[in-house]
Amino acid sequence: MKKKEPKELLLQGNEAIVEGALRAGCRFFAGYPITPATEISEILSIKLPQVDGTFIQMEDEIASLGAVIGASLVGVKSMTATSGPGFSLMQENLGYAVITEIPCVVVNAMRGGPSTGLPTSPAQSDVMQARWGTHGDHPAIALCPSTIRECYDLTIRAFNFSEKYRTPVILLVDEVVAHMREKIALSMNEEVEIFNRIKPTVPPEWYIPYEDNPRGVPAMANFGDGYRYHVTGLTHDVRGFPTSRPDEIDPFIRRLFRKISQNFIDLQIGEFFETDDADITVIAYGCVARSAKRTVLDARERALKVGLLKLNTLWPFMRTQVEKVLRSSRAVIVPEMNMGQISREVKRVNKGSTKVFTVNKVDGTIITPQEIMDKIKEVY
Amino acid sequence: MEETTKLIHKYLRHDKKFPHVWCPGCGIGIILGSLIRAIDRTGYSKDEIVLVSGIGCTGRLPVYVDFNTLHTTHGRALTFATGVKLAKPTLKVIVVMGDGDAVAIGGNHFIHAARRNIDLTAIIVNNSVYGMTGGQYSPTTPYGMKSATTVYSNVEHAFSISELAVTAGAIFVGRGTVYHAKLLDNLMEKAFAKVGFSVVEVISHCHTQYGRINRLGSAVEMMEWQRDHAVPVEKAASMKEEELQGKFKTGVLVDRDLPAYQEEYERVRRWAKGTEKT
Repeated sequence: MKKKEPKELLLQGNEAIVEGALRAGCRFFAGYPITPATEISEILSIKLPQVDGTFIQMEDEIASLGAVIGASLVGVKSMTATSGPGFSLMQENLGYAVITEIPCVVVNAMRGGPSTGLPTSPAQSDVMQARWGTHGDHPAIALCPSTIRECYDLTIRAFNFSEKYRTPVILLVDEVVAHMREKIALSMNEEVEIFNRIKPTVPPEWYIPYEDNPRGVPAMANFGDGYRYHVTGLTHDVRGFPTSRPDEIDPFIRRLFRKISQNFIDLQIGEFFETDDADITVIAYGCVARSAKRTVLDARERALKVGLLKLNTLWPFMRTQVEKVLRSSRAVIVPEMNMGQISREVKRVNKGSTKVFTVNKVDGTIITPQEIMDKIKEVY
Repeated sequence: MEETTKLIHKYLRHDKKFPHVWCPGCGIGIILGSLIRAIDRTGYSKDEIVLVSGIGCTGRLPVYVDFNTLHTTHGRALTFATGVKLAKPTLKVIVVMGDGDAVAIGGNHFIHAARRNIDLTAIIVNNSVYGMTGGQYSPTTPYGMKSATTVYSNVEHAFSISELAVTAGAIFVGRGTVYHAKLLDNLMEKAFAKVGFSVVEVISHCHTQYGRINRLGSAVEMMEWQRDHAVPVEKAASMKEEELQGKFKTGVLVDRDLPAYQEEYERVRRWAKGTEKT
């Protein structure tokens, strides 16, 4: 019997992340059980060995990201998945992946914190940790889905960005989106852009593993392919050897930033919804963007000119898009399930052009459309 | 001598700026010599070897040798090595760590890598102290000894790295010293030949830190201590408990066979694909 194409499935966010990862070419997963991310581990433990991939449950999250980086270094696309407490443990090796420029994807299904916090309740409180969690000055890429389709698409894009820019990419999904189910049509015939890291074309003796180029992203040789080189978490020169020379350190750190900053346009994913004539614009992400969309529709029915800027890329911050709505709206409302993490960024780029209001919820429940509507009425 | 020169040219990186970071008289140089000689005897090409390390004096070893070299975070070398090995099992993975790296911050990774029987060799340079940071006590600093953070006296009890490895499930455990370089060559060669988690513990010395604060003398005197306190495991078998007091056994402590993780995982793949029943 011929299989129906496209396949219509009722998937959970975590399941869609798995499908996206496999489609992107992920063949190695190392993780440690943690709610609400465990489904990703469980499903990959079944599916990866079916496609000659590897699943391993490590002794903790530090080990998980270590194994993921090791696997990626020999050329296998790799991922791990965790939640807040595990994400805290991963910060050490996340910085290692940044400085050694080894691609990998880290999923963080956000739950309430600090510490053990609320294991089964949603939050959006790791936004700043995704940006600044690991020590040292570094750029970051973090994506945030709000629908099941986006879980699939953004996981693929997370792998693409990590391969393209040789950097770890964080997928910040909240507990609501991770566990919610929606219909999704998946097809193997569907054209999906898959990016694989650029390998060196020069012979091994000419290979300079961390040499700059216009893209700011050096070609990456897999360990075992004949290009023997040194990988270290110490600040290194273009050959990969430790250095303490200021004239080598400075261009290296600046290149790490440049390879991300000169590609802001490529990295920014989001959606303007009814913003053209909006008096008030809501800026939201993750599960809150779903509530916000409902609010916009309700408001429009009541002839209130309200729009939504949905952020799918949280880092690097979507400054251009945010500035656009700050200039065109009488007021901007940022609802989020934390005490104000993205709103800090919105206020930072606002520079007095408009009023910025926040709706903050930290009780382990989702922000409802009504709560956003109440704020709109208050400021309209 | 001619042999050695050949090995130096073959395995040391020509483009790496020497001198190295180690103190004159450090044991790591002799250990590096053994490592190179043993690798040369395995027949693996340089492209097939991945040398992984953590942080510390021993962590700096890979940078000087011409393999695929990976200098990771403190204590985590075995986790990176696990990823490398499982993603590409044809590579020969060797991990070098110090005592603090392997059994303090990395202790959990060490016992679990052994338990899983990941196919790699862990070479642990045990000099009883954190050398690079200035001589603080480590999990292998003996009770009653001094260090930069136990200036009065150490009141903690030391780990035996080799016994820990045996209990955690390593399929090969050997212990040598910097003094017994020939034994070290042999232990490493045997460890590299095993398929599974193998450990070589090397009793080394840090005369700069540990030796100075405990008045143990120069590097030479500390190596003579190794000579006088090492008891070959064969000889120890016929010795009484009291006679072994204060001494340590050297040689092959455990040599057993068990399918390595990657072999077991091949079965998982066959079960997953339905080509074999569980």
